[in-house]
Amino acid sequence: MADPMKIRATLVGDSTEVKVLMSHEMETGQRKDAQGKTIPAWHIQNVTATWNGKTVLSAQWGPAVSKHPFMSFKFKGGAKGDKVQITWIDNKGDKRTDEAVIG
Amino acid sequence: MNQRRREILKAGGSVTLLTLVAAAGWLRPGEANAADWNKAAFESKSMDETLKALGGGAPVASKDITFVSTPDIAENGAVVPVGVSSTIPKTESIAILIEKNPNMLAATFDIPAGTEPSISTRVKMGQSSNVYALVKADGKYYVTSKEIKVTLGGCGG
Repeated sequence: MADPMKIRATLVGDSTEVKVLMSHEMETGQRKDAQGKTIPAWHIQNVTATWNGKTVLSAQWGPAVSKHPFMSFKFKGGAKGDKVQITWIDNKGDKRTDEAVIG
Repeated sequence: MNQRRREILKAGGSVTLLTLVAAAGWLRPGEANAADWNKAAFESKSMDETLKALGGGAPVASKDITFVSTPDIAENGAVVPVGVSSTIPKTESIAILIEKNPNMLAATFDIPAGTEPSISTRVKMGQSSNVYALVKADGKYYVTSKEIKVTLGGCGG
């Protein structure tokens, strides 16, 4: 199981701004190790963000997203105390869900 | 005792169903979770192939898509901040493509109604290249590009 994500959700006017920092190697599958063997790709493929059970963003990522990925987005609505939940799944089938309270 | 029997039957029943589904090829192990990952699009190498895999025709150049807080020169190709904002009505998805990377497509974001068509993330770039922001709005594709110079590559280590 990977390390937890850092999620910050802040209310800006009538929208909620969400910033997420995930902890993941994001290996491209292009690099080679010291023995010249290709290091297999290992990266996040799907990211879903939900607020009150409603999907507010879904993303598909390739290996070209940086190591320890960052993303930010805004959605309309949200109130202080609501929960925003982020889930990612990587190409090995590993997944992690974390949530943050809108502040 | 009867209750227990019911439970066993129930459990047995669902396992059989799952096995059947797996046998029919619906649920291949290891791919179950990645079912909605567009493998073809992420593995294609050219703009045309990527567009085809994403299911779109030729995109129209648009001034309504802008890069936000994206540098002209990135010092470190492993971490290049890219933000894309669209003012096209009914923006459904935003994709980031990097022309000179081994695979052009870096990421796609689906924007449901209620979410602002503006996202930012960080990507890797192997070398200086044009970066495209591809927006799907109301079934049509729009594109804009920006050249980002990289002084230190992000792929190859």
